[in-house]
Amino acid sequence: MKTCEALVIGGSAGSLDVLLKVLPDLRPDLPFPIIIVIHRKHGADSLLPELLKGRTVLFVKEAEEKEPILAGTIYIAPSDYHLLIEQDLTFSLDSSEKVNYSRPSIDVTFQSAAEVYEDKLVCMLLSGSNADGVKGLQSVKSYRGRAIIQNPADAQVPYMPAQAAQNVVIDASLNIEDTAEFINLLS
Amino acid sequence: MEGTVITEDQIDLLLADLLERYGYDFTGYSRASLKRRIHRLYSIDKAVSFAEFRFKIANDPVYFKRFVEQITVNVTEMFRDPGFFKTLRNEVLPKLGTYPLIRIWIAGCSTGEEAYSICILLQELNLLHKSLVYATDLNPAVLEKAAQGMFGLSQMKQYSENYILSGGSKDFSSYYTAKYSLAKFNDDLRRKIIFSSHNLVSDRSFNEFQLILCRNVLIYFDRDLQHKVISLFDDSLEELGYLALGSKETLEFSTVSKRYRRLPNEKVWRKMT
Repeated sequence: MKTCEALVIGGSAGSLDVLLKVLPDLRPDLPFPIIIVIHRKHGADSLLPELLKGRTVLFVKEAEEKEPILAGTIYIAPSDYHLLIEQDLTFSLDSSEKVNYSRPSIDVTFQSAAEVYEDKLVCMLLSGSNADGVKGLQSVKSYRGRAIIQNPADAQVPYMPAQAAQNVVIDASLNIEDTAEFINLLS
Repeated sequence: MEGTVITEDQIDLLLADLLERYGYDFTGYSRASLKRRIHRLYSIDKAVSFAEFRFKIANDPVYFKRFVEQITVNVTEMFRDPGFFKTLRNEVLPKLGTYPLIRIWIAGCSTGEEAYSICILLQELNLLHKSLVYATDLNPAVLEKAAQGMFGLSQMKQYSENYILSGGSKDFSSYYTAKYSLAKFNDDLRRKIIFSSHNLVSDRSFNEFQLILCRNVLIYFDRDLQHKVISLFDDSLEELGYLALGSKETLEFSTVSKRYRRLPNEKVWRKMT
């Protein structure tokens, strides 16, 4: 039985570095989509997908509203919009108030994904300096999905994964070097 | 989203009530976002149970007003996406300047920041005297606020930066008077704006325009409603008029798109003859 229908990765300060190291080692036939929500300054819009494209054979694109979410594709939340997931497995965008001083907010996408994918969801919270994503991981757990963090001791900015470790029952705490293999073994 | 989770069925019930009692149709809204807004209000207002929440919305018109105000998204700013306003300033509005009367429709104007921004551009291009800006929203509360032309003084630093990035060269503070924590925009900007209530879901075309702006509204609608609203805009737009959408919205999937040509780099389409 399939246990992972989507992987959502959230991160803030210090998380880009993790992605740049992990993406090259992902297997090309990944049987689920990866949805990435990274805090960044508004305006640096197309830079992030472009940057990540160079690091993986997987298809990388910015998530667009109403777009169907497909396996083997890496979607990046656009800057200045919250990214939500509909029951029919398409994306919605939302330009409402910032959450945790952030838009896109990791909490918003984690919570929305949890309601749709329920126990077939894996969410991963990386390095960062605020607590965005922690409540989201709690929602993921309440739907029996899996909550993964970057090992705070291995993170450039440990605050975000450390907050998650304190407030959520974490399924795994990963060092950067083990992360790609972990993702490759999800199915 | 701690505690109660409102189910899809319960949302359906709420939406049916709203349509029956008040004639507001939210059934074509994108569900994930709508659901999130409803959850948010439910939790801010510390509703005791879904039954009570539903009863209050259906039977208390004051609370219904709050409900509409809270579940629709009213986040906006002046000169948001400066590049877009630069295109208006340098390309779109000068073309419209050849008309004897310029009619502009801002659909989903929220608290009016965009309407005042447009009027500043029109004034600087010396076109304001022959322009009419119709600014509409489904939400009466935001229209009241928009008509006052007062925005938070703390926002002015960012709006001024946006204004300069959009090609503005005046002193932005010359457009408003500071009053305590508010910036009151000059009345001469306000004179050419008509604020009025209009619901894109249920109301029809009410005029013909040379420029329609509807930015960050369609993202909250499902595909069917998006098509319906785009055809409403098509009916309301003169030939060679312009339609401007939000930075993540597109005309591409619509059947009317064949008749439109997009301006490079911006979400602005021109209706061809």
